[in-house]
Amino acid sequence: MISVKNVRKAFDEKIVLNGFDLEIPRGESLVIMGRSGCGKSVLLKIIAGLLSVDAGEVWIDGTEITQLKRKPLNQIRRKIGMLFQSAALFDSMSVAENIAFMLDQHTDLTEQEMRKVVDEKLKLVDLDGVQELRPAQLSGGMRKRVGLARALAFNPEIILYDEPTTGLDPVTCTEINELIRDLNQQLQVTSVVVTHDMHSAFSVGTLMVMLHEGKQIAYGKPEDLINEENPILQQFILFGAPDQILNIDNPTLKEFTGRQTE
Amino acid sequence: MSNPPSDPAPSNEFAIIIKKRLYHSLSETGDAFRLLAETIFQIFRPPLQFNLLMKQLLLIGYNSLAVVLVSGFFTGMVLGIQGYVQLKPYAVEGSVAQFVSVSVVKELGPMITAFVLSGRIGASITAELSTMKVTEQIDALEVMGTNPVKYLVVPRFLACSIMLPTLTIFSTFAGIFGGYVAVVSLFGFNGDFYILQVQKYLYVGSVLISLIKATSFGMAIAAIGCYKGFSISTAGGAEGVGTATTGSAVISLVTILVLDFVLNHILFNILGLV
Repeated sequence: MISVKNVRKAFDEKIVLNGFDLEIPRGESLVIMGRSGCGKSVLLKIIAGLLSVDAGEVWIDGTEITQLKRKPLNQIRRKIGMLFQSAALFDSMSVAENIAFMLDQHTDLTEQEMRKVVDEKLKLVDLDGVQELRPAQLSGGMRKRVGLARALAFNPEIILYDEPTTGLDPVTCTEINELIRDLNQQLQVTSVVVTHDMHSAFSVGTLMVMLHEGKQIAYGKPEDLINEENPILQQFILFGAPDQILNIDNPTLKEFTGRQTE
Repeated sequence: MSNPPSDPAPSNEFAIIIKKRLYHSLSETGDAFRLLAETIFQIFRPPLQFNLLMKQLLLIGYNSLAVVLVSGFFTGMVLGIQGYVQLKPYAVEGSVAQFVSVSVVKELGPMITAFVLSGRIGASITAELSTMKVTEQIDALEVMGTNPVKYLVVPRFLACSIMLPTLTIFSTFAGIFGGYVAVVSLFGFNGDFYILQVQKYLYVGSVLISLIKATSFGMAIAAIGCYKGFSISTAGGAEGVGTATTGSAVISLVTILVLDFVLNHILFNILGLV
């Protein structure tokens, strides 16, 4: 469904993506992992068509998007919902107006029909009674939920999550992770989650990719990745993964943790 | 072939800095004109969102009216006093009304209004848009298939282009009235004669010049405000917003002065308007 081929992206002298490849099959929930500043969010913005590439191709549903003009690109974007790191809610609008924004801009729905969609999407993210509040009146977790409800408003086939749990307390993090997992199951969408939070990664991912120095260094299912002996990957997982995940039979991990094979 | 020296001489270093600054300025000017061209193109692409335009008209026009009136009134008063004092030794103080009205209509009305709005509206446009950029709200618009230029820049550009001449009319009347109050109350000038003189020397051409200038200033203020707001990087943070806002106000003021000179040259010297 989404295919990233040999993508290169640099900002001035700094090369962020250097021949990066990635395949995301339909219906999967792919987690992009990597250290801060390694280019995870850049990759997500390239998939959303927000950033151009220096070289390479990005295919979404059989269409190569990097060379598209605004109008056809916007047609592709209607299939995409995106939850931004800061939720990126429009400050000047109420919660309901935020969620209904895309409907208001691109459909002929009446106020009443839009209101119905808003209520429905808010219910999906377990929020109610906040329709008339302003983003500034919401907590961090609520903002993320409203951001997610807005991303869902146009019934997207692909949802992009940029650091969905950053800046949230552990309880809210778990709630957001559960919400993402539930939505994937309920809506059968393709999800791409950028995170360096291993709790979140193992909680929501059905596929994982590790980005390091502009390239893909690991790709696969979580249970396969955990057993890969790539030291960079293992170190990353070790410092952040839930303890129950680390309790596995992996010699590299055991070396890191000091656990002895019985 | 020898390699370039690793430590360039100070004069070379200075030349490199100048070259970089020049390149940066030219590149920024090019980007600003590209945004302006895109804005003008988007104005003529339907649909024009009237609700957004009305909101900006209200924000720029109604909310700036009081400050524009006060600024215009006191500018007129100062002109009245200065004009009277300067003309009296030559026994031509009777021309003070002509002096005030011509100065206010052709020059100070649009200029004072533009200065007030560049500080008040231009800076506020930059602050708002750059905050939206830093908090990824502009990216969110893009992802939702909405053109940020059409949605954010076009209403502000149109509102500034419409409201600046409108406010200039108010500021001009306030200025002429300020001059009247000053010379009548402070120097015992004949009020009826003042009004007659203003009517006599208030040409349609002068009003046209005033409105052309005001519209151009309005376009410049909106274009600079929007460009500075859009040009900030997402990683700019609060510091970037502050720098962009200050930059917007300063560039707007300088641009107004340069534009005023260019327009004066075109309107008076080339087109021969009075």
